[in-house]
Amino acid sequence: MRIEVNSERVYCYTNSRDIDRNKPSVMFIHGSGMDHTVWTLASRHFARHGNNVVSVDLPGHGRSTGDPLVTVEEMASWVIAVLDALDIADAALVGHSLGSLIALECAASYSERVRAIALVGTTSPMPVSDAILNAAEADDHAAFDMLTQWGFSKRHQFGGNRNSGIWMIGNTLRLYERSAPGVLFHDMRACNEYTSGTDQAAKVTCPALLILGAEDRLTPVRSTRALQEAIPSTMVEVLPGAGHTIMVEAPNAMLDALHRVL
Amino acid sequence: MAGPDYPGLDTLALHAGAQPDPATGARATPIYQSASFCFPDSDYAASLFNIERAGHVYSRLSNPTNAVLEERIAALEGGVGAIATASGQAALHLAIITLMGAGSHIVASAALYGGSHNLLAYTLPRFGIETTFVDPRDPQAFANAIRDNTRLVFGETLGNPSLDVLNIPAIAEVAHAAGLPLMVDSTTTTPYLIKPFELGADIIQHSATKFLSGHGIVIGGLLVDSGQFDWEASGKFPTLSEPYEGFHNLIFTEEFGPAAMIQRARKEGLRDFGACMAPTSAFHILQGIETLSVRMNRHVENTRTITAFLLEQEQVTRVGYPELDGHPDQTLARALLPNGCGAVFSFDLAGGREAGIAFVDALSVFSHLANIGDAKSLVIHPASTTHHRMDAEALAAGGIGEGTIRLSIGLEDPKDLIADLKQGLRAAGKAAGGSR
Repeated sequence: MRIEVNSERVYCYTNSRDIDRNKPSVMFIHGSGMDHTVWTLASRHFARHGNNVVSVDLPGHGRSTGDPLVTVEEMASWVIAVLDALDIADAALVGHSLGSLIALECAASYSERVRAIALVGTTSPMPVSDAILNAAEADDHAAFDMLTQWGFSKRHQFGGNRNSGIWMIGNTLRLYERSAPGVLFHDMRACNEYTSGTDQAAKVTCPALLILGAEDRLTPVRSTRALQEAIPSTMVEVLPGAGHTIMVEAPNAMLDALHRVL
Repeated sequence: MAGPDYPGLDTLALHAGAQPDPATGARATPIYQSASFCFPDSDYAASLFNIERAGHVYSRLSNPTNAVLEERIAALEGGVGAIATASGQAALHLAIITLMGAGSHIVASAALYGGSHNLLAYTLPRFGIETTFVDPRDPQAFANAIRDNTRLVFGETLGNPSLDVLNIPAIAEVAHAAGLPLMVDSTTTTPYLIKPFELGADIIQHSATKFLSGHGIVIGGLLVDSGQFDWEASGKFPTLSEPYEGFHNLIFTEEFGPAAMIQRARKEGLRDFGACMAPTSAFHILQGIETLSVRMNRHVENTRTITAFLLEQEQVTRVGYPELDGHPDQTLARALLPNGCGAVFSFDLAGGREAGIAFVDALSVFSHLANIGDAKSLVIHPASTTHHRMDAEALAAGGIGEGTIRLSIGLEDPKDLIADLKQGLRAAGKAAGGSR
C-alpha cells in the first residue's frame, strides 16, 4: 500500500489487505539501512492472526521517497503521521534496532497512540562506533560489512538458517547495498545521538517487551540493564544463539515472544 | 577503509550452512531422509504453509540436509540464496521457468554443454521459448541478438568444447543495458576458480555432479541467486513483480526483496515441477565441497603438467587450454581465471577417427566415460561417442575434429597419467599407420 505523508510517498506492506478499523493494528519498523522485507514472516503471521499489519519503509528507505529523517524524535513524529494517514487510532509498535528507538519514543511521547511496544535488538543509549559512522558517512562499503558481520552472532557467521536456502549474511548485505547513499549514515547518527531513551523509557505506560539476542554484539544484553530498569513492568525475552539480526537469526522464537504483547 | 574480514573460501567450504545437529550434537551434517516433517500444532502448520515461520514441510520443497548445501553454495558464490535440484539440467530449467513463459526468448552462447543445448534448441521451443545462439567471444553478438521478448542471457564460464572464456563483465554489461540478467553455468570452474557474481553475473547454475562433488557418485544441480538484479526496475519479469495467484497474490519482489527470484523458484518451480534433490545426494555433495580448494588446486596442477606433456608430442596437433600460447582467450583467462582454467580440455590427435578410438581404448588409468569433474581422470572421444551422429563437416563447425580427445584430469599421480597417455599415443600411432 502506498500513502502520502508530508508530501512524500510512503510504502507500507499490509499483506495486500486494506486497513480494517475493527481489527487491532501492528506496525513494524525496520532498522538502519533496511526496509520492510526484514519483517515479512512476522507481518504475514500477525496478519493471519487477525491484525492490520503495517510494515513501513522509513523515508528514503526501500520504496518510500524523501530524504531520510535526521532524529529519532522526527521519525517518531513521522510514524504517528503514518498512523493518521491510515486512520489508525492506536497500534502496537514492533521495532528493530533504530526502529526500536522509534517505537520507544512513540510510546513515551504519543502514549495514547501506542497500545504496546516490542523492542527487538535494542538498547539505550545506542552508541555507534566512530569506525561505522565514518565509513557510513563516506558511503564506504566497509560500513555494510561491519554491520553485517557484527550484526550476526558468531555462530551465524556460517549460516544455519532455518529459512531454507537463504544465506542470511548475503541477503542482509544486499539489503544494505540497496540503500541509497547517505541513508545508513543518517540512520546510524540518529541512533548515536538519541541519548534521551532511558528518560523517555520511564514515561512508557503500555506493555513493553524487549526481545534480545543472547549473542548480540551490537546491542549486547548487558547494555540493556538501564533500559530494562527504566521501563515500568517491562518483559524481557533473551533468545539463545541469536545476535542482533533477530528477525533472521531466530524468526520462530521471535514470533513466539511477540505473542506476549501482540 | 577496510571492514572486517568475512570467513574465507576454505572455511566456508567446510562450515557454511552447517551447525552441530541440535538434536544429537552430530558434527557432520546428518542425512534427514524423511519425506515430511511433523507439525507441533495446527497453527504452527498453518504458519509454515503461509511463509510465517522458518521450517520444513515436505522434502520436495525443502529439507534440512539440502538446506545446508544450499546455504553453503550461496555463501561460496556470494549470493543471497540457492536451491538444490535433481541435476544441473533441472537447475537450468528451474531458472528459465521462474523468469519467463511462452513467447519469451533467450540469448545463449553457442558453446554449451550438449544437454543445455538440447533443452534450449529443441525442447523449450515446443513450449514457446526460443533461443538465439551466438559466438561466446563476441559481446556485441549478444547485444545484437537481444529482442523485446528476451528475458535471459546465458553462457558457460568455460565454453564447451573449446574452453571459450566467457567475458562475464562485458556480457553482463550488455545484458544489464537491456534490463536482463546474465546467468552462467560455472560447473567446470566452481567458486574456487571464478566468482561470477563479483564479475557481474546475476544467476549461477552448477552441475554439482562434477567438481563440486568430485567423487562422481551423485547427480545434482544448484541454482544460485546473487540478489543483485533489480527485477522491478527492469519491468520485464511479472512472475517476480506482480501478484502470483498461485500463492494468494504474493508479490515476490515486495515481500522478499533481493531474494525474490530464488524464493519464487522454490515456491513455484520446485513445488510444481518437483525436480528436487534427494537428501542423501545433498549429503554426498557436501562431503565433496569440504575439500573443494584442495582438489581444484590439484586438478589444475595436474592439468598444467599434462598439457605441457601433450604439447611436446609430435602426434598432438593442438592442445586447447586457455592458459597456453595460441589459445584465443589467453589474455582474458589470465584476468578472470588467475587460479587456473579448470581440468577439462581437449586436444587433437593426428590420424583422425581411428587414432582417436585406438588412443581411448589403450588407456587404463583414464576411465572411458561420459562425465567430467571426477577425482579420477576421464577420457572420451567425441567423434565416436557424444557427437557420433555428426559428419566431419558438422564436427568441424562445433570445433571438434575426428581425432579430438577430451580429458578430465583427476587427482592421480601425474607420472601415472603421463605413462597412461603414452600407452594411448603408441596405440594411436599404430592405428594411424605410423611406427611410434
